[in-house]
Parts: sequence; structure tokens; C-alpha cells
Amino acid sequence: MATDQFQSPDYYLLDELLTEEHKLVREATRDWVKKEVSPIIEEYAQKATFPRHIVKGLAEVGAFGPYIPQEYGGAGLDQISYGLMMQEIERGDSGVRSTCSVQSSLVMYPIFAYGSEEQRKKYLPKLASGEMLGSFGLTEPDFGSNPSGMVTNFKDMGDHYLLNGAKLWISNSPYCDVAVVWAKNEEGRIHGLIVERGMEGFSTPETHNKWSLRASATGELVFDNVKVPKDNLLPNKSGLGAPLGCLDSARYGIAWGAIGAAMDCYDTALRYSKERIQFGKPIASFQLQQKKLAEMITEITKAQLLTWRLGVLKNEGRATTAQISMAKRNNVAMALDVAREARQMLGGMGITGEYPIMRHMMNLESVVTYEGTHDIHLLITGMDITGISAFK
Amino acid sequence: MKILVCISHVPDTTAKINFKDNNTAFDTDGVSFVINPYDEFGLTKALFLKEKHGGTVTVCHVGPASAEPTIRKALAIGADDAIRVDAEPTDGFFVASQLAAIVKENQYDVVICGQESIDYNGGQVPGMLAALLDLPFVNACVGLEVEGTNATLEREIDGGKEKLTASLPLVLGGKKGLVEESDLRIPNMRGIMMARSKKLEVKPATDAAKHTAVAQFEKPQPKAPVKMIAADNVEELVNLLHTEAKVI
Repeated sequence: MATDQFQSPDYYLLDELLTEEHKLVREATRDWVKKEVSPIIEEYAQKATFPRHIVKGLAEVGAFGPYIPQEYGGAGLDQISYGLMMQEIERGDSGVRSTCSVQSSLVMYPIFAYGSEEQRKKYLPKLASGEMLGSFGLTEPDFGSNPSGMVTNFKDMGDHYLLNGAKLWISNSPYCDVAVVWAKNEEGRIHGLIVERGMEGFSTPETHNKWSLRASATGELVFDNVKVPKDNLLPNKSGLGAPLGCLDSARYGIAWGAIGAAMDCYDTALRYSKERIQFGKPIASFQLQQKKLAEMITEITKAQLLTWRLGVLKNEGRATTAQISMAKRNNVAMALDVAREARQMLGGMGITGEYPIMRHMMNLESVVTYEGTHDIHLLITGMDITGISAFK
Repeated sequence: MKILVCISHVPDTTAKINFKDNNTAFDTDGVSFVINPYDEFGLTKALFLKEKHGGTVTVCHVGPASAEPTIRKALAIGADDAIRVDAEPTDGFFVASQLAAIVKENQYDVVICGQESIDYNGGQVPGMLAALLDLPFVNACVGLEVEGTNATLEREIDGGKEKLTASLPLVLGGKKGLVEESDLRIPNMRGIMMARSKKLEVKPATDAAKHTAVAQFEKPQPKAPVKMIAADNVEELVNLLHTEAKVI
């Protein structure tokens, strides 16, 4: 693969809204992505293989739980730093960013926020160091947008819980050491359980033949009479609000990440359009190509502003679920549009693995669906402004 | 072992270079800055030495507060503390004099500079610093090993390498080879957080002469357009190389 020449656009001088530390976090993550992800990602995506070796590198750079306090192995950074890291990692590949989102927001976050002190000490340092890889089980074959209908359940057997059911579309599942699994107790109340690889009856079959997130491993979590120790129940929060709280954190990271994918597509198309000669001049000199580029940078800039403000609100503990939904929905759709336009600008070259655009575009088809679909997020906004739910 | 790494704050190698104030000052508008690459090799070597022998790594910079992000990055990479001498680094002798005062005050065993900075390429500071301190000096240094109070050094010479021995303390001007590019460290998030609480001491400049001042900067002439000559027209090629390009 060609050298990664990425230069990030900053049309509205938004860097002035960031601290020097934010910029250092972004620069360090970008340097790491250029060194460790860009040179290998195309090959792994083409082979549909998870580059498992980069888990260690992601841990070393600090991409697992950057906002988790240092005493539990995190870096204790703020939410804008977390967002910038997700932006840079997704600039490399949405699949790699997905691995980080799951580990940070869907596994470490619930253990930190809802777990006991013993659970925090037992799992968080190992998850931060990459010694353990985690996955998150909420979606089921028949319950995607409607997670409250889940059928996965556990029974109190006195000295342990007995877990049964299955989860589908689970990032990291084939390689995970632990899974944070959401299941109903005998009263129908949703609780989180930490399930460890090796527990009898727990299996993680891989989902094959994906055309998207090909460098990320996706699979199922299957529980066939799994005995889960009682100490593995997350004690401090139950109900659907618990997993939805994790999703808020992950969706926030995705809102930033999608900007990274869009930036990479824009930057690639801009450079290509200045070099590609047709009719005796660079295609960047034609109005239709300029329209595409101008619209791309306009939408990227709007998304940057939206997301920076969301980061400020999140740092202040004021970002609402509906605000996060708006940013996730807007930014992923924006990135998908940018990828499709950028792909056209590269003509036939745009469909090859010589350039990252088609890989980003295919990845984004998953990103626009997972963590709340494009349509569901619209309905969350609709419910928020009208007070009336349109999906219940 | 106490190691001092002197770092410069230079424009990123991809920055567009422009001048202002009648071509007497570099226009920093829109330019991002990095640790001088020669110094970064030195900083990485210093961290290797610390990890092998123990001790401390201090970074020192002569320059205004705008360079502090670069200093923080050095701390995030692993330096223990930092000193910034608050002065405009416009003259090599002046900068070397400031650094000499810091070395005299704190007594370092090894002082590592880059062989030159990639902005103005003066290449004066390391040699002047060693002279002001009356210490051994090796420039274009591509290898350093320390055993007790003795050092073995390598430097590049035309067509090969020279191996030298010297006793500590010493000053060197380093470059790639001291460590390799693949050895350079990207700061991690914990390092960035820890850098927040590491000491960055700001000192006023000591009196020292500035022996030079910039009169004017001049950019190279833009490259002329390419002239294509048919492959079989050697006579025309030779003629143009002689009369137009004037290279033969």
C-alpha cells in the first residue's frame, strides 16, 4: 500500500478550540495509526482477517479506556481526548475503531460504572493492557432495535446463576476473553453479567462472509446452561438504562470516529483530483468535482463543530442521549455520503484497494446500522422534541 | 547517570515556509511545530541509556512559551523534567551560552544535542556548548555506549565511521543512527497524562552576546518548467544543457 499521506482538514480553525493536550493526544494517535494501521489494514480487510497483533499496540498507545481513571489502568483523559482518539483510529479503519469502542465503552465502562470495586480491580487493568479482550452482548437474533424484548435469561440457582440464550452481531466475540452480557432475571429485569471464556456452555462462533468491517471479528455469544458465579453480576445498575448508558458512550465515540473516515475519504479525493489529468487539466479544475469537494468539506466542518460541542457537554456531564443520537446519526450518514462521492471522484481507482475509500464506504454500512440504526436515532430525536415515542 | 537533551522547536517538515516583515522573520502563521528530528533521535537514545543504566533525563529548550507543547511532548515520551530558558533563540552563541549555564548549574554526565536544527541549520550550538564547557565533543554522532565514566562513540566520516573513546562528562551532536527511526517513541495516553505533573522550570536568560542578526531571508527560485526533448535529439539536449542550464 502507498505511503499514508493523510493531512487533516481544519477549515474553521477548530484546533483553536482544543487544548495543547488534546492536540498531542490526536497527534500521537495519528502517528500510531500511520505506523501500525495504514501499512497493514488493506491486506487484512481483503483477507477478512482480524489483525489480532494490533490489540497490544492499541493498549500501549492507550486506546482502551482512555477516560477510565489511572488507578484502574486507564489514562484518566477527558471526553474530547477520547473522541479525538476514535476519530484518528477510524481514520485508519472503522473495524479497528470498533474494537476500541467495544473494549472502552461497552466493556470497561459498564464494569467501571456499574461494577463492584472487586470487579473493577479484577478486570479493568487487564482490559486496559490488552491482556484481556472484551465483547458486549445486547443484540439478539430477534431483538435488534427493540432490545427490551430480549429472551436471554438467567436463573438464581442458589450459589450461581444459570445463563441461557444467544447474542448476535457481536464485535470481538470470536477472540474475546470476557463478555459483558445483558440478560433478564426471573422477574424480567435486565442485568449485566460478566461471562468468561472457558465457562462451560459458553461459545463464540464467528460470523463469516461480511462485506463490511472485514478487519474486525464479528460473531455470536451462545449460552447453553452457563454457570455464572454470583460475583460476576454487575451490582450497581439494572434495567434497560444500564446497557443504554454504555451505548451513549460508544455512540459518542462513533460520532467522532465517523468524522475520521470522512476526512480520510475527502483528503484522498482532494489529492487525487489535483493529480488526475483529464482533458488536459486536473479534474479538480472541473466544476462538478469542485462541487463534490466543497460539499464534503462543508459537511465535515459542520460535523466537527457539532461533535466538539457535544464533547464539551459530555465533559460537563450534560450531554443527553438524544444529543448523542443526533451526532451519531448525522456524522455517520455524512461520512457515508462523503465516501460515496469521493469514490466517484476516483473513478475506477476508487473501487480498488490502492485507496482506502471503498473500504471506508463498506465499513460505514455497518456503522450506520449498529449502535442504533440511522432510523432509530431519528426517532429518538423525534421523541425528544415531541415527547411522543414513535417506536413503541 | 544525569542526561541533558537539548531540544529545538522546529516547523514540521511538510510546513509551507513563508517570511514576513520584509523577509526578516519567519511567518509562523498556520505552521505546526515538532521536536527537531535530530534531537528526537537524541532524546530516544537518552531514554535507552536511562533504562539501561538508571538515572534521569532532562530536556532543555531555549525559546518562548509557544514551544511548551513540544517540551510537553518530550515529557510525554518519557523525559523526567524540563527546563525552558525564556528567550528568543536567534543566535547560536547566545543559545549555547544559555545551555552552558544550565549544564554548569546542574552537572550532567551526558549532554545530547542534535547535530543541527532543521529550521535554520546553523549547526553551531553543540560545538560552541562543548567549547564553553571545555568538554569532549563528538559531532555527527551515530553511536554511543557508556560504561562507568567512559563512553564509546561512533561518528560518520567520509566513506566510513570513526570510533572514539571519551570520558564523561561529554557533549555530542547526534543524528539518525544514534537510534533508528523505528525506535522513535510515540507518546501514549498515560505518558501524556503523566507529563501534566512533570516539572517544567522556566528560567530567565543569562546575559550573553548575540553575535549575529538576520538581515534578510530569501526563498529559492521556483523551479522552471520541464522542457521535453525528443529521445533521439541528443544534440539539442547537449546544446540546452550548455547554453541554458549551464551545467556542462
